[in-house]
Amino acid sequence: MSKVRVLAGTRKGAFILSADGKRENWTVSGPFFGGWEIYHVKGSPANPNRLWASQTSAWFGQQIQRSDDGGKTWEASGNKFVYDGIPGTHQWYDGTPHPWEFARVWHIEPSLDDPDTIYAGVEDAALFKSTDGGANWSELSSLRTHTTGASWQPGAGGMCLHTILIDPKDPKRMFVAISAAGAFRTTDGGDTWQPINKGLRSAQIPDQDAEVGHCVHRLAMHRTRPDVLYMQKHWDVMRTNDGGDVWHEVSGNLPTDFGFCIDVHAHEPETIYVVPIKSDSEHYPLDGKLRVYRSRSGGNEWEELSKGLPQSNCYVNVLRDAMAVDSLDECGVYFGTTGGQVYVSADAGDSWKAIAHDLPAVLSVEVQTLP
Amino acid sequence: MIRVVLPAHLRTLARVDGEVQIDVPDGASPGSVLDALEDRFPVLRGAIRDHVTLKRRAYVRFFACERDISHDPPDAPLPDAVASGSEPFFIIGAMSGG
Repeated sequence: MSKVRVLAGTRKGAFILSADGKRENWTVSGPFFGGWEIYHVKGSPANPNRLWASQTSAWFGQQIQRSDDGGKTWEASGNKFVYDGIPGTHQWYDGTPHPWEFARVWHIEPSLDDPDTIYAGVEDAALFKSTDGGANWSELSSLRTHTTGASWQPGAGGMCLHTILIDPKDPKRMFVAISAAGAFRTTDGGDTWQPINKGLRSAQIPDQDAEVGHCVHRLAMHRTRPDVLYMQKHWDVMRTNDGGDVWHEVSGNLPTDFGFCIDVHAHEPETIYVVPIKSDSEHYPLDGKLRVYRSRSGGNEWEELSKGLPQSNCYVNVLRDAMAVDSLDECGVYFGTTGGQVYVSADAGDSWKAIAHDLPAVLSVEVQTLP
Repeated sequence: MIRVVLPAHLRTLARVDGEVQIDVPDGASPGSVLDALEDRFPVLRGAIRDHVTLKRRAYVRFFACERDISHDPPDAPLPDAVASGSEPFFIIGAMSGG
């Protein structure tokens, strides 16, 4: 029977939650790297026992940890993230120039077919790549040195590159997203980048048609349709059908279209999930009710999913990297909260159950479907 | 031989318990102690000082003989008591809640 392994990064360590394909009985291991912030943990699609963790601390900097046995043991790999050349400046919150400074790795994206190749999205926003199993990292600097780079500004959480999507049909075609610069696309493996933000509307910026400056919170793609991307923006849920050339809003009947995470059903490319959050100044669910919303039409028409989720006095947040789906026949959906809960739905969102109630604040959730 | 006391998170990272003892060439200084420490425990590179500039991380301090020597030049000689191993070289993480 198939198994699932949920990889949770939290404010105080990493946790691995495992179950068989029924997803009813769970074992929890961890904390790994206790006391450290674990921004992201992700497994290699090419070698599922190879896991990567971004371990970070304001005191002691960045570590990248690697496991080759599914998370039982870990070894530190290379942690030297140095911008290519003289990094220059981007805009600070007040619009003044601010030097590019490496802070942490937000997101690790392993290659789809090579376990030794990994991408890392970092703060201040840049994309790094390792082709030797994490020993050495080099910047794909044409992203940061894009003509718009000096005008990029941080979002409230820092100027982070938080999303990396690789086109399964063409690994040289990738999409990244930066808060608060926007989304970018490469078709040549990172040698050149194009901002893809047409159609986004953000009240917080003076020029609604600005090439960059949009606070994109998350992008999602279904592996069979890499031209269709979904976006949870600061406000607005968006969709593109042409790889980002033009976006259009699909917030539809959502009770609020602010949020952080978005993901796509493993087998239904038009079924998507978001967790609406009240507002950008109140980072918790509307009315104290934690609800996932699902659209089976690729957006616009949304249904509330609340069975098994707290429906009173719930004031947690669900962060941008904290939702994932498994690829079992009955698609499982997972998300973690800043209150330390990890929820699973083994029926594509119809009902939910907490796997863990009391972890540290959850920063990221990934899931591996194992034979 | 220099005795180095690491903060808890760096002991975990380096997989050591208690003090670390390292050999440092004559004329021990904060910089040469860190060079030797990082040679022995490469995982500590970047955790105490920047990889490239070797600038001390903001929330890390160095103490020796009950004195904060964080702002001494990296090549300033350490006190004799530290250089001789009778007193340890402390690497401290800033106190903070959360």
